[in-house]
Amino acid sequence: MAATPIPLEVRNIKKRFGETEVLKGLSLKAHKGDVITLIGASGSGKSTFLRCMNLLEQPDEGDLLLHGEEIRFKQTRYGREPADWKQVVRMRAKLSMVFQSFNLWAHMTLLENIIEAPIHVLGQPKKAAIEQAHALLERVGLTARADAYPAQMSGGQQQRGAIARALAMNPEVMLFDEPTSALDPELVGDVLKVMRDLADEGRTMVVVTHEMGFARDVSSQVIYLHQGLVEEAGHPKEVLDNPQSPRLKQFLAPKY
Amino acid sequence: MLDISAWFNDLLAGNLIFTAQTLGYYWEGLVTTTQLVFLSLVIGLVMAVPLAVLRGSKHPWIRLPIYFYTYVFRGTPLLIQLYIIYYGVVFVDGIQDSFLWPVLREAFYPALIAFTLNTAAYTTEIFHGAIKATARGEIEAARAYGMSQNLMMRRIILPSAFRRALPAYGNEVIFMLHASAIASVVTLMDLTGAARFVYARYYAPFEAFLFVAAIYLCLTFAILYFFRFLEKKLLAHLRPLS
Amino acid sequence: MLDLQGYGPRLLEGAGVTIQLALLSLALALVLGLITASAKMSRNRLIHAIATVYTTLIRGVPDLVLMMLLFFGGQMGVNVISDMLYDSFEIDYYISFNAFAAGVLTIGFIFGAYMGETFRGAFMAVDNGQIEAGRAYGMNNWLVFRRIRFPQMMRHALPGLSNNWMVLLKTTALVSVIGLSDMVRVAAEASRATHEPFVFLLPVAAAYLMIASVSEWIFARLQKRYNIGFGGH
Repeated sequence: MAATPIPLEVRNIKKRFGETEVLKGLSLKAHKGDVITLIGASGSGKSTFLRCMNLLEQPDEGDLLLHGEEIRFKQTRYGREPADWKQVVRMRAKLSMVFQSFNLWAHMTLLENIIEAPIHVLGQPKKAAIEQAHALLERVGLTARADAYPAQMSGGQQQRGAIARALAMNPEVMLFDEPTSALDPELVGDVLKVMRDLADEGRTMVVVTHEMGFARDVSSQVIYLHQGLVEEAGHPKEVLDNPQSPRLKQFLAPKY
Repeated sequence: MLDISAWFNDLLAGNLIFTAQTLGYYWEGLVTTTQLVFLSLVIGLVMAVPLAVLRGSKHPWIRLPIYFYTYVFRGTPLLIQLYIIYYGVVFVDGIQDSFLWPVLREAFYPALIAFTLNTAAYTTEIFHGAIKATARGEIEAARAYGMSQNLMMRRIILPSAFRRALPAYGNEVIFMLHASAIASVVTLMDLTGAARFVYARYYAPFEAFLFVAAIYLCLTFAILYFFRFLEKKLLAHLRPLS
Repeated sequence: MLDLQGYGPRLLEGAGVTIQLALLSLALALVLGLITASAKMSRNRLIHAIATVYTTLIRGVPDLVLMMLLFFGGQMGVNVISDMLYDSFEIDYYISFNAFAAGVLTIGFIFGAYMGETFRGAFMAVDNGQIEAGRAYGMNNWLVFRRIRFPQMMRHALPGLSNNWMVLLKTTALVSVIGLSDMVRVAAEASRATHEPFVFLLPVAAAYLMIASVSEWIFARLQKRYNIGFGGH
């Protein structure tokens, strides 16, 4: 099994905001088809870690590799920055992110949202992009809403639309930043179902979530973060059903 | 054709002030006002877009001069700006020998320059505000999908900022129409100039100024409805379906 | 040093005229604005309609045209009255229509409409529960207005008021056109007489910027004062 390049690898990521060190050296390897879930209390650094993976946050230390290609950094007087933003742009096009607050572009219809980046970033022909978009809308069950603007859709619809937008990039790895946290409880199910389907078809995913059911059933690896460090990691059966650390036990304990 | 002019003359017969001649003055005034306002708005708009983008630059030596320009032009009366350009243009070295002189000597162009610089300053700030108000998440999404700074400005930030700026820009257009009335101060025969002429000639302040007020009112409403129509079309995306 | 060629004292006087004119117009505009806002919130349809016509007309017509209408028209009206007095009662009393008064009246009248819109928006932004609480403790309407609605309304109104004041300040320059010797008129006259426009016009422009900066500072203080208890900065 030599040299199948790993889609996404991060090594020893450190990040501080002012005086507080929020990430104290975190690593992760996402092989093809892996579904990695990051769990932890708020403030544990899981979202920041995810945002470092596509450089929405600049890590102060650590390496990022995409298919074995390393992102180059340089030191400036503002701190560490990517040496070549073109490389970052190329990299981001392969990692698509789904946000907690959807972040659909408000001045575009759902269809326009989906075809925007494929046409203008990937350079796809418009016709092909539209065809693909319709297929994706059908997958997420939003065929009827193609021409709706984000403000005219429910939160669940917006998030499924945002997943379609992410899929349109044909990403090698999908990053999910608490995709169901901003949704009303009755809308969570639809979004999770779409995500389960994606996992089943072998997508590589890194998911920050509070949905323990999803983490248990779907993921190949669960990472529990505490104060910027990995407290426990492994197969969901081990980590979630047989937690070792007292903090994780407390975190998983049903709350009354 | 003859019928119409005969009918028109009948209508005006017995009216001492609104003769065909004075109506002609008002018409010329309308043309001058429209030219002045339209040209200054178009040129000002073209200037304002790049200025608004650069106004948000992180380099102080780009950002601060633009801020200084908008601060000065928004903080002083347009009348002063008009006087400075109208009286000052004569004193630019060598201008009286240059090929531009025949053009600049007339009041129209100093007025056009003053109005353009003024509206460009206001419009720059309007767009700058709208650009700054772009939802952070939408910018992050654009970054996360691999858009470069330029592409993001062109496809995401500016299109949504223009829409958001529409109501404020509509007000600016009306403001410019009204502000243009001071063109009459530097001897231009715009709408207000025509009214002042008619007033001076017939000593009929109510007729002269009420008539022109009515014309301005109609123009204002036309602009207002035009922008309402635009907003309806372009801001549809912000309205939830009931 | 700037050589004002003897125009210095007149320019200073002009600045005085500008400031007095601006402050008096502001006072009138504030009063008219409060009346207009109340009229617009009135259930009486006639009062409501009158206020609407007032604000619409004012915002549809250039300031300069309104000013000329009032000044030249006002002068004519005064003449007609004094003619009548003479013809009917043989009272020989000539009233001259004062340009300063015309300026204050017009600018106050114009900005009353803008202030009215600002106040109305601000009144509507005050939480109804606050007013009900006042009533529940036995306050009468006037007391509720003075102690609760007005102070809470001011917090919402201040940004708009500040904006209106800045525009009003610049609008005072227009009175120079109807013959009032404010600083703009003095500077323009001096420019024409000496052929040195920049010497006179640029300092006057700077004076406007200075007044604006001072006003900004005052409004920032006021905003702080009215933000007490709202956790605003």
